[in-house]
Amino acid sequence: MSMLAQIAYDATSKAEAQAITASGYAGLAYGLATLGPGIGIGYLVGQSVQAMARQPEAAGMVRTTMFLGIAFTEALALIGFVVFILLKFV
Amino acid sequence: MIFGLEFPPIENLVEWPNAFGPEGSWYGFNKIALINLVALVATSVLFLVAGRSKGLVPKGARNLVESGVAFIRDGIIMETVGKDGIRYLPYLVSLFFFIFITNIFEVIPFFHMPGNARMAGPAVLALITWVYFIAVGLKHQGLKYFWNSVAPPGVPKALLPLVIPIELLSTFIVRPFSLAVRLFANMLAGHILLVTFSVLCITLFSATLLALVLPFSFAMLVGLTGFEIMVAFLQAYIFTILAAVYIGSSMHAEH
Repeated sequence: MSMLAQIAYDATSKAEAQAITASGYAGLAYGLATLGPGIGIGYLVGQSVQAMARQPEAAGMVRTTMFLGIAFTEALALIGFVVFILLKFV
Repeated sequence: MIFGLEFPPIENLVEWPNAFGPEGSWYGFNKIALINLVALVATSVLFLVAGRSKGLVPKGARNLVESGVAFIRDGIIMETVGKDGIRYLPYLVSLFFFIFITNIFEVIPFFHMPGNARMAGPAVLALITWVYFIAVGLKHQGLKYFWNSVAPPGVPKALLPLVIPIELLSTFIVRPFSLAVRLFANMLAGHILLVTFSVLCITLFSATLLALVLPFSFAMLVGLTGFEIMVAFLQAYIFTILAAVYIGSSMHAEH
């Protein structure tokens, strides 16, 4: 911790410090929650586009399955978002 | 407070005072209740009007409803459940239209609040779907449904102690929970995103040099509004398609 940050930290009251810590953890929680689903959705959509390009007549089926997969993959990121809201505001 | 930008507390974004009835009472009526009521009436009126229209060539409301029904029949049920699922078309169609109308209030002027950005709405919808797919399972498989859904046929006996708790959790607890949270979090995130850019636009609307950035912020707001219309549609679609998949999976034992 730099000296300025130390001074700022000393100047804040206990409640404020708690709020700042909670905000930090909230950001961390959401940031971590985006990593896996981000990679997952990218891979999923990439593979789906490849499948559609290789077999355009199967595009409708691939698209439905792709949305299903996105919905399942996205769930963890959304739970991370809810945790962020709970930590930050509640 | 960042660079003179005051972001409103979250309560101001999602909590609305009651129009009548005391706070916290069961008959209190606020904006969310109004949105849900409007969506309910709009869905019913749309289908009543469309059902009454006569003639071979559909037009007006009937045109919209027919293309919506065809979309759900061919795009959702035939792709996920198959022909047996057609009998569950009415539930899925009303689910889709109701969710879409409550969601689209996010971008309708003077409302600017998605009805599903409060947990109660999605939770009730997910609960109804939960009861519905269990009832479908009981109807098609009888009491064996519960055993079939926790222990899929073909699983080795030695693995059953491991599989049963996992399947029990994922079928009866995670399914309704993730249905509700998915819809709720998507709509809340979109709402917060729009509020952020609106607040930014208001802050930048000043006689300082900051006003030069205003067009970019406003363009972003307009673009995001279009994006949120897409999200409102997509979330209604995803909720319906997942409901269809769950209903389809409880119609036949997995194999």
